[in-house]
Amino acid sequence: MFEQISGALLAITLAIGGSVLFYVGLNVLIDKAFASDGLPAIKQMKRDKQREALRPWIFIGPALLFLFVFLVYPVLKSIQLSFFGREGDEFVGFANYIWAIHSDGFQSSIINNLLWLLIVPTLATAFGLIIAYLTDRIWWGQIARTLIFLPMAISFVGASIIWKFVYDFRAAGTEQIGILNAIVVAFGGEPQSWISLPFWNNIFLMIILIWIQTGFAMVILGAAIRGVPEDTIEASTMDGANEFQIFFKIVMPQIWPTIVVVWTTITILVLKVFDIVYAMTNGQWNTQVLANLMYNEMFRNANSGTASTVAVILMIAVLPVMIYNIKSAKDSAQ
Amino acid sequence: MSIESTKSKGTLFTKHVSVLFLVLLWTLPTLGLLVSSVRDKDQLSLSGWWSSLTASEQQNVQRLPKADTQAADGAGFIIETNLFGEGTKNQIRSWGFRATEIEQYKPGETAEVDNGETITVYENGRVEWRSDSEFTHSRSPRVFFNANIPPRFTFDNYREVLTSEGVGRAFINTLTVTLPATFIPILIAAFAAYALAWMEFKGRMFFLAMIIGLIVVPLQMSLIPVLQIFSQIGQIVGIPSKSYLTVWLAHTGFGLPLAIYLLRNYMASLPKDIIESAYMDGATHFQIFVKMILPLSLPALASFAIFQFLWVWNDLLVAAVFLGQGEGKTVMTQQLIELLGSRGDNWEILTSGAFISIAVPIIVFLSMQRYFVRGLLAGSVKGG
Repeated sequence: MFEQISGALLAITLAIGGSVLFYVGLNVLIDKAFASDGLPAIKQMKRDKQREALRPWIFIGPALLFLFVFLVYPVLKSIQLSFFGREGDEFVGFANYIWAIHSDGFQSSIINNLLWLLIVPTLATAFGLIIAYLTDRIWWGQIARTLIFLPMAISFVGASIIWKFVYDFRAAGTEQIGILNAIVVAFGGEPQSWISLPFWNNIFLMIILIWIQTGFAMVILGAAIRGVPEDTIEASTMDGANEFQIFFKIVMPQIWPTIVVVWTTITILVLKVFDIVYAMTNGQWNTQVLANLMYNEMFRNANSGTASTVAVILMIAVLPVMIYNIKSAKDSAQ
Repeated sequence: MSIESTKSKGTLFTKHVSVLFLVLLWTLPTLGLLVSSVRDKDQLSLSGWWSSLTASEQQNVQRLPKADTQAADGAGFIIETNLFGEGTKNQIRSWGFRATEIEQYKPGETAEVDNGETITVYENGRVEWRSDSEFTHSRSPRVFFNANIPPRFTFDNYREVLTSEGVGRAFINTLTVTLPATFIPILIAAFAAYALAWMEFKGRMFFLAMIIGLIVVPLQMSLIPVLQIFSQIGQIVGIPSKSYLTVWLAHTGFGLPLAIYLLRNYMASLPKDIIESAYMDGATHFQIFVKMILPLSLPALASFAIFQFLWVWNDLLVAAVFLGQGEGKTVMTQQLIELLGSRGDNWEILTSGAFISIAVPIIVFLSMQRYFVRGLLAGSVKGG
């Protein structure tokens, strides 16, 4: 135990110390190498210029190296691998994509992913919006928001255990220890094994992600609601608008751009959902999704071709958002 | 507030009730986990956590001790035992010698059995079995009993999960992954963000656009190619391709785009004058960065630090692929997955294990919520 802790601490110190040394060292080095003290004025200027032309690359170089190795190169390589066979050495053309279209696992993954995409962002955004609006003007709103926000800090695996306990199933007639079945039984229903219940089990997995993401939507939309000018609301109250009319006709249109951003952010997260499915069912009972299918193709089937194909399809799905983000960042920079 | 006063009391009441309902909906699952993790494991598997404060009723049976445990008691002999073992607060409600006659005797009553022997069971579970002659039986009778078991809370589950189920070890492993994987990307991103915000060089706008694009790239794209790189380098240099070093590097790579984006936006919003005047005064960019920009950017650094900390601590995929499993390596999320597989019905293990893994991020989150929210707002409202 002690050895493990001291080993961990040593590793942490080395990693942190090493990266600090790198930057400080290189910056000192170019200060020394391009030292201009005591040189004629023209040479001095030239050296200064050289030094300052080099320095940005020390600042941004390591980041670019990391981005290239861990993201840019892998994207290109994955696209390449998707046209190659199991070991990545034999060109197979579109065979992996044709496999995908005909594979049952892939088809049900796509259908399930579409369901996730349809339901989770929409419900998380809707709940977030409702809660943000309801808690905006009550005195204990901050406490309520913190409690609803809290699941954001919980890991997908932790959340899966929390909800697996909620969905726990005991045979009919015995005492239920999962709260959902206890409620069902209390109202005279039959206890169900929720996570193997055809079709609906997908919904029960989605509830976990909605539970986590609503807090995110609530915080962002709450800030947007607070930004709605007070006088627009007051004016409509004077004109006799009721709570619902104010919400739908005054508040909603003004925060619409933020709603879109929240919805998009959650959509991207949903595309990559892996941990929840992996922990709850590992794709059994028709709950497979693309990210988990990719993991299975990679490690169970050891097929880098099909696994890369699934990854590329995920990538294609996020492409529109990527282009939109770059475009809007460029627009705001000008 | 003028709007508040014009609203009818009924609407306000509905508002409070619906918020309360939603808050309960969101907190009950976690509360159930927390309560269950400190319950006695037998009670946990018999009744729902919501009934943990009420005493539960339990039927049980126990065979009385053999003849060799007898002691002399005055003129006769006695065998003593306790149906619950020592030191419990359980109460006998009724008892008998057959499952169908469990209600036959009340606690404290004495039953006559063969040849003058008597058996008395007291409320606290103590049994006195008396006889005038020496006990010689080889098979003793069984006592069936109804008992009230008061709620019992214990940290035994935590003790077990921390020691024998490997969660304690996994906790340290997770810490070993998380701290460097949080610090290194912040450092690298801070330098890069400063360059993108304040330095002149070729391709600045291109790199910025590229970084914004990379924020949404699915992790899945990187797994196979990066793993291949690591194993090739590992073969050449002769180091394992899955280690703490590789998982730190991987987390750094995957965390950088968002980190650079958040920090650059923050640094670019700092006043231009102070940076330019410091530069005119002969300070180098390195000095300006270390002495002025870093201290001023602390709020943004804190925001991202929390993001990255939570993300790495809670991560399963990157650790599974780039660190792997094994003694001194398995992180907590993975340990929990293993427990789900091997101890899927042992809720005392799962609940306490899960709670240990979520306690740290919850503490970090609650104590630094302000920075976290600020980071969220900067990261997403602007379109990241």
